[in-house]
Amino acid sequence: MTSLIEAPLASEPPTPDPTVRRRRPGGGFGRYLVVRALLIIPTVFILVTLVFFLMRVVGNPITASVGGRLTEAQLQERLAAAGYDRPIIVQYLEYLGQIVRLDFGTTATDNRQISEVIVTYGSATVELVFYALIIALVIGIPLGMLAAYVRDRWPDAVLRILAILAYATPVFFAGLLLKLTFSVWLGWFPLGGRASTRIGIALGRIENPTGIYLIDALRTGNSTIIVDVLSHAVLPALTLGLLTAGIFLRLVRTNVIGTLGSDYIDAARSRGVGELRLVRKHALKPALIPIITVMGLQIAMLLGGSVLTETTFGWRGLGFQLQQYLSARDFIAVQGIVAVLAVIVAVTNFLVDVVAALIDPRVRY
Amino acid sequence: MTDTTSTGVLADRRAPLWKRLPIVAQLRRSVGLQRGMLVAGVVICAVFLLTAVFAPLIAPYGFGQLGDDGGTFPRQAPPSAVHLWGTTVGGYDVFSRVVWGTRTAIAVVVVAVVLSITIGVALGLVSGYLGGWLDRVLVVIADAVYAFPSLLLAIVVSIVISGGQSSLWGGIISAGISITVVYVPQYFRVVRAEAVRLKSEAFVESAKVVGSSTPRIMFKHVLRNATRSLPLILTLNASEAILTLAALGFLGFGIGPTSAAEWGYDLNRALSDTASGIWWTGVFPGAAIVLMVLGITLVGESLNDLADPRLRTRRRARRKTKNDTTATSAVTEEVPA
Repeated sequence: MTSLIEAPLASEPPTPDPTVRRRRPGGGFGRYLVVRALLIIPTVFILVTLVFFLMRVVGNPITASVGGRLTEAQLQERLAAAGYDRPIIVQYLEYLGQIVRLDFGTTATDNRQISEVIVTYGSATVELVFYALIIALVIGIPLGMLAAYVRDRWPDAVLRILAILAYATPVFFAGLLLKLTFSVWLGWFPLGGRASTRIGIALGRIENPTGIYLIDALRTGNSTIIVDVLSHAVLPALTLGLLTAGIFLRLVRTNVIGTLGSDYIDAARSRGVGELRLVRKHALKPALIPIITVMGLQIAMLLGGSVLTETTFGWRGLGFQLQQYLSARDFIAVQGIVAVLAVIVAVTNFLVDVVAALIDPRVRY
Repeated sequence: MTDTTSTGVLADRRAPLWKRLPIVAQLRRSVGLQRGMLVAGVVICAVFLLTAVFAPLIAPYGFGQLGDDGGTFPRQAPPSAVHLWGTTVGGYDVFSRVVWGTRTAIAVVVVAVVLSITIGVALGLVSGYLGGWLDRVLVVIADAVYAFPSLLLAIVVSIVISGGQSSLWGGIISAGISITVVYVPQYFRVVRAEAVRLKSEAFVESAKVVGSSTPRIMFKHVLRNATRSLPLILTLNASEAILTLAALGFLGFGIGPTSAAEWGYDLNRALSDTASGIWWTGVFPGAAIVLMVLGITLVGESLNDLADPRLRTRRRARRKTKNDTTATSAVTEEVPA
């Protein structure tokens, strides 16, 4: 974790004015943006290459998924049709070509375009990750500031233990516990899914559905639908959000402790700045840069966590679908989805770095 | 800094071999809440280790046992005197499977930690000390892997290694290697940074002048001084190993019930039980995961606080009035930082 927090500090502070020459000549924000954007390419390339060769070590995906069900001749025919009888380097180059054209292949089990699968189920995952992120921010940041402020007293100890517990609890176990408590025993929330069956069908029928149920429900303006959609989202969002909230809490705590010890905090306090303002403005803001960078990495972890959360709650998103393909041993689909997620992660990290560079006070002062 | 290393060496001589030096050294330096956390963590870890070692004595039944002299076990039976924590939907005894599961978890932790440390430290040293194009390539690769969701990577790697098969060692090795792939970049980053810093130090220069070979400088002089932050990553690595093993098992990619007991698999099977209010099949294996990770994390957190002079010294300063001797020793350590 420490290495995570230190990492962004090591990066070159971008300068707003290209005529001002700092440590690196011509290190303007535009240049930083371009260089950082270009870095997406090797990142995606490395991940896609890694995944491709790893998956091919086992053999070919067709034998793995449908091998047992076909005769040898049929299998060979399928292999030849899919091009798996050619040298691996040819397959690799072809695969790279496909990726460049954003064609991630066709699933082996149900013969769908991976891009179509992504579009169909991606919105559900985006919705879930968004809720979780909101919960994590709303819980993690204030509590982290509180813990830093009352550091070493009992509320800090309690919060730290809670944060460690949040980390130590696997998402699916947290989900199982929440489900058991709030759905089965108390009956407050539904057991799983994104909406009740009838409402799900109704939402599928509206014009130009976004696939994000909350937006679609709001567009219908029907309060029953909105309540139904929201009540389905509460437990999955809490499950995924609480896990991340623990990480955010620790992150904010460590960084705010660092800034709270600075001289300018003492200076502000002696000028009569209120304690709340002191923590919220003076201590949190400089601590935000490393926090934002690590939060960007957490979005990648949220995608991983969403696979488990979606499986736990039958939330039919990308992660749920990935698990289905995994069970079906459809490794083409798995490879495709993983490749797409690699692109998403790389782009997210790029955006986060840009935001961090933009809010870096060294740019303005 | 020199103060810290000298106490560390002293602690090494006194400590029993199985107790790792960093923990002992830190235990002696810690006070108050930090000591409480560290002790709690060490105790929890010790309990799990003992459970794993004495699993055959503790568990009333085998992990794959479906019945005894009295006939086959009932399915989904609630906790009773015969089955302390009830039975699962498959008819296994929950208590026995939780106890046997500690063995699987610890085996994966050992495999994962040993592999990641060996590879990560070696690559970090070579990359940081030698530099050049190899360094640049390795850094880019490590960053790419590091940014990727570890679970997805673990899924891919376990497909490769076990092909979705679920034998005992196949499962353990594939979970272990999955974690390794994810954690090598972490060790790599830390050790590389240290190696870059150390290679311009005077003692490395003098070793060169004396005519030591490059490997000898790397593995003797640089490595010895680059291990400061390893214990912390090690605990993160170990807890992540348990969580990933469980996650793989939960997704149906772990170890089958007849090969070994694995908590994630049990949770997967318990998921459908929850709808009918059957809690014992899921709560116990889940609690085992949480406790074990909690124990390891508590150790890691305390080590982190004790290793960070900002987090440690202020704590000491505040306790000055109560605990004068420790406070003064902390102050002397504070000066170089």
